[in-house]
Amino acid sequence: MNLMTGIAAVLLAVLATVRPALAGQDEVDPLASPRWADMRYLFPEGATLRFDPRVRVLAPAVAENPLQVPLTVDASELGPVSEVLVFADFNPIVEVMRFFPEAAPAWLGFRIKLQQSTPVRAAARTADGVWHVGGTWVTTVGGGCTVPSAKAGSPDWQARLNQVSGRQWNRGAQADRIRLRIEHPMDTGLVAGIPAFHLDQVELLDAAGQRLMRLQLHEPVSENPVFTLRRGAVAGPVEVRGYDNNGNAFHARIAP
Amino acid sequence: MKRWLSGFLVLLAGAAGAADFDYGLKAQRVADGVHAFIGKTEDFTPANGGNIVNTGFIVAPGGIIVIDSGPSRRYGEQMRRAIAAVDQRPLVLVINTHHHPDHFLGNQAFAGVPLAALPGTIKGIGEEGNAFAENLFRLTGDWMQGTEVVVPGQALRAGHQETAGRRLRLLALAGHTEADLAIYDETSGVLFTGDLGFFERAPTTPHADVGRWLAALDALEAITREPGFRAIVPGHGPVARDAAPLRQTRAWLNWLQMALRRSAEEGLDMNETMARAIPAEFAVLPLSASEYRRSVGHLFPGVEQEILEPAR
Ligand SMILES: [Zn+2]
Repeated sequence: MNLMTGIAAVLLAVLATVRPALAGQDEVDPLASPRWADMRYLFPEGATLRFDPRVRVLAPAVAENPLQVPLTVDASELGPVSEVLVFADFNPIVEVMRFFPEAAPAWLGFRIKLQQSTPVRAAARTADGVWHVGGTWVTTVGGGCTVPSAKAGSPDWQARLNQVSGRQWNRGAQADRIRLRIEHPMDTGLVAGIPAFHLDQVELLDAAGQRLMRLQLHEPVSENPVFTLRRGAVAGPVEVRGYDNNGNAFHARIAP
Repeated sequence: MKRWLSGFLVLLAGAAGAADFDYGLKAQRVADGVHAFIGKTEDFTPANGGNIVNTGFIVAPGGIIVIDSGPSRRYGEQMRRAIAAVDQRPLVLVINTHHHPDHFLGNQAFAGVPLAALPGTIKGIGEEGNAFAENLFRLTGDWMQGTEVVVPGQALRAGHQETAGRRLRLLALAGHTEADLAIYDETSGVLFTGDLGFFERAPTTPHADVGRWLAALDALEAITREPGFRAIVPGHGPVARDAAPLRQTRAWLNWLQMALRRSAEEGLDMNETMARAIPAEFAVLPLSASEYRRSVGHLFPGVEQEILEPAR
């Protein structure tokens, strides 16, 4: 074997192994969404996408209340994940949020607003730059005794804007868990006369000052968002801070 | 997608052989002069056309009192014919027990008869009626054709009321919705609970306040201990001769409330709470799995808020 054929052989071998990764672009969407091809704009040019069952998106198959559809995204099986993009193909605002796990695992529970039946997906980017895509269809129906709750917004919401309530669990099956709720109307801007008004950045830091996770939120996240996440190794108070798209900032501590 | 879905539902309705849109309403005699139309213990589907609800009527000396009008204009029309087959007296009053669509969307068929409800129900139908009707159209398809919301014009108050020579006891309660009317016909001893009572079918909670609902069940159960009491017509499920529908509804609500509180205390999120198993005692009820999941959606946000503490 001379040098040239040796290089060619190596190249071929490399191509052969790279191919499946690239093939992700042409893989058949397991959710068979007619919008899947349009979803490419969410990702950088040339990015490698791969459908991956290790990215789990848990949601009810039928969402009774389209204003509060619960999602639990778990990409922790992939190992280190630098970014998770959550989106819904048929939503008028497709991008729901991005979260950037640091000291916390790539696991997040929250609730979203859906306009109609749609795939709901999470794309998790690993260190090699590959986006691993998982998801599930959510059908939204309502009606009769099955209509969504319609609780009118309380008149004093402005006084409570950005107030945080939360709790940590340190024992039992849910040890290392944090849940928090932030008061915010999360207006989408799609209702006539009500401009978009939503939380923009939220970050959580552990007692050692390490960032657990950063969240970049968009309009489809539900009103008064509730987040569930895992704290990681360091016990103690967790600091939450952030701001909305109008620049209203907040800062709070969740006691251990 | 929405258009595709509704097209699909219409297709289903056709496939179900429902082209004649016949609800097959047959009055079941509950007591002397008291009859009920008992719906299926199912969800709204294109096959059942929304006939998942109980309605009824009381034959008073001076005419007929109708209790709830069903899920559509067609239902109301067919109900009116089925009533006439039992007794030819004129209709004197139509009462809507609460503002859920399966209980009032047949109002149109009773043009010319006074329509009455609690003030909170009148308000609810006015504000949410059209959205409900639209939803039901999506869920049941062409059964709903031509159905329009008719808001009751006459406000009812709690207390005794003499209607067409029959003495009714009206109970203005709440808990299933903001305004739930129960009607006790003192002559026959029949109690119409509206949707405060579900029997052999898991209760629905889209507008529920569980605490108030439990209190309302206590008030209704007191009536079943009166000497004249004979039967209960629940909002959904079969007629009973004792307080069983009230007890079953109470047991479900107590369990539901406890299960949600425990989940919240344990730090579970909404999906994890929905995934929890239902105890065998309740799992046997029709629609228990879907109603439980729906109830988590309706009620869990309020319950979890109670256990989260202000962070500063
Ligand atoms: Zn109801």
